[in-house]
Amino acid sequence: MSSQANEPQRGERSGGAHAAEPADGPAANEYMTDSRPITEGAVEPGCRKRDPILVARNVTRTYGGINAVDVAHVEIPRHKITALIGPNGAGKTTLFNLLTGFDTPQSGDWQFEGRDLAGVSAYKVARLGMVRTFQLTKVMGKLTVIENMRLGASSQPGESLWRAFFPPLWRGREREITRQADALLAKFKLDAKRSDYAASLSGGQRKLLEMARALMVNPKLVMLDEPMAGVNPALTQSLLDHIKNLKAEGMTVLFVEHDMHMVRHIADWVIVMAEGKVVAEGPPDVVMKDQAVIDAYLGAHHDVDLGDSEGFEKLEAELEHDPESSVGTEPDGVVGRRIDERKGQA
Amino acid sequence: MDFANIFLGALNEIISPTTAAYALAALGLAVHFGYTGLLNFGQAGFMAVGAYGFAVPILSFNAPLPVAVLIALGASAVFAVILGIPTLRLRADYLAIVTIAAAEIIRYIVTTNSMTAVTGSANGLSAFTGDFYALNPIPPGSYNLGPFAMNERDVWVRIVAWALVIVACLLVWMLIRSPWGRVVKGIREDENAVRALGKNVYAYKMQALILGGLLGSIAGIVFTLPRDAVQPANYGTELTFYLYTALLLGGMSTVLGPVIGAMLFWVLLSLTQGLLYGAIEAGYITFIDTSQAGQVRYILVGVTLMLLMIFRPQGILGNKKELAFA
Repeated sequence: MSSQANEPQRGERSGGAHAAEPADGPAANEYMTDSRPITEGAVEPGCRKRDPILVARNVTRTYGGINAVDVAHVEIPRHKITALIGPNGAGKTTLFNLLTGFDTPQSGDWQFEGRDLAGVSAYKVARLGMVRTFQLTKVMGKLTVIENMRLGASSQPGESLWRAFFPPLWRGREREITRQADALLAKFKLDAKRSDYAASLSGGQRKLLEMARALMVNPKLVMLDEPMAGVNPALTQSLLDHIKNLKAEGMTVLFVEHDMHMVRHIADWVIVMAEGKVVAEGPPDVVMKDQAVIDAYLGAHHDVDLGDSEGFEKLEAELEHDPESSVGTEPDGVVGRRIDERKGQA
Repeated sequence: MDFANIFLGALNEIISPTTAAYALAALGLAVHFGYTGLLNFGQAGFMAVGAYGFAVPILSFNAPLPVAVLIALGASAVFAVILGIPTLRLRADYLAIVTIAAAEIIRYIVTTNSMTAVTGSANGLSAFTGDFYALNPIPPGSYNLGPFAMNERDVWVRIVAWALVIVACLLVWMLIRSPWGRVVKGIREDENAVRALGKNVYAYKMQALILGGLLGSIAGIVFTLPRDAVQPANYGTELTFYLYTALLLGGMSTVLGPVIGAMLFWVLLSLTQGLLYGAIEAGYITFIDTSQAGQVRYILVGVTLMLLMIFRPQGILGNKKELAFA
């Protein structure tokens, strides 16, 4: 794990959203180098994609009068890494829950690979190849790591009550599953923990286990809800690599993230939500420069360093010319004192 | 005090058919609670359904033994489905409330006077095990099993009861070690995570509820056999809690735990009763009489359970490591 994990420099990566590090070794394959445009037509909130894997229309969910989610149209491009960003309470996780059948919207329809998913229960959604993880990591604490992994596998005949009594019917599949699980554990560097209870893993290891377990389902679309939350920088780098590898292996990734630097680092496409709506989308470099996004998501003056007096003065100077700012209109604290003084002199 | 007799009496409980019935019912609870995480507080109801489902057909329309057993099992499966449909989609506590109420409903229904012709009301039913004892291949006589003398009926009912326990343990053991068992254990840990992996959680919970319920109703049948009677008062809520005591004593996520727990529960009850009665009769204890002593032993069982929870919360057979992360 490289030290690069610590806060990649802003603007470090230039070029198109599809640019993949050519030195990525096995990852540098057709999915990584595909530079065809993601969209069909103009880039705007709710725009059409060239090859969408998931299309949602008019999905709304209200909680007692509050519109938690109100998405008119959104498409997730296939074989790409899409980041879903937005401030707390923007409805990202609710949208995840709705799309994966863990919650029911008031209205709307959505298709995964052309298949209508409205009203389809969560387990069937997962079987179709749309697998999610959770914001609060869910590992089966009292099962071992390898059992957690095996649990993720599909088409195990021994999971039927009747066939469970006849081991010859499921032993073969169990061996295949175990091989697949061991390979994934090795990839995620959890093989040393194979027979430990999952509850004994650290927070970051649990994130890894949850992601690895989701891959046991052989998903087409992996939906990660804040995969980097609470993970140390070194592990973040390895998680980012894993996410890039998913794309290299032909999977589509949709993930929720707060850290803009992480998003910039790996996402091909960024969808910004605020107050339940999709307010912007586009390639990360473009979206991050979008003034509306910056204002809505980070606050208008996020890039001012308040650690030194120079930054402080700069902030005040900006605030003075910000029509929406209330600073300086009345003397109400340290910030804005100079503005008041200047006004007094005038 | 005749210590030898008191200890022998307690040891005798280890292989008594009632212990076997408790072991079966507690094994059902292990499937429900220990493995799947379903908080069933109505196991007494499943036992009652089994007992009445067995006795009523025999007495009401002379059903042959296998038919009566099938009716009992069928009735408890139906009971499980009725309980499960509204509650298994909800959180675990709802199942607990519904099952405790449903068990009481069963008990009140069989106690109602308007049903006297069928269920015998508060007196219950008796004299329905003729077919069962007619199958007894053991010639009449007195048999000595170690220090215990018993007649051919006692031997027969013990053989059948414990054979059922062994078969049930084997089946549950096979299930729990199978991928099916992995899924239900996953549900116990976090059902949404299991759902997110493409498993039909509702169906698994229903299967587990039915399976544990079937074990409960078999236990209900076994419970009636040595008595040749079924009485509604035996199936009160406290029965469920005795079963939980046995389950927790032995270790709730183990197959043999409920069996060991049931044995220990009855040995302790018998031992404390013997010792208390002996002490009272010998004049060592003067402030309570023998009928009060009967209640005191349940206090002692409660204290034992508390001590166990404090010093060995995983039960006797449980895996300490599993509980370290509870």
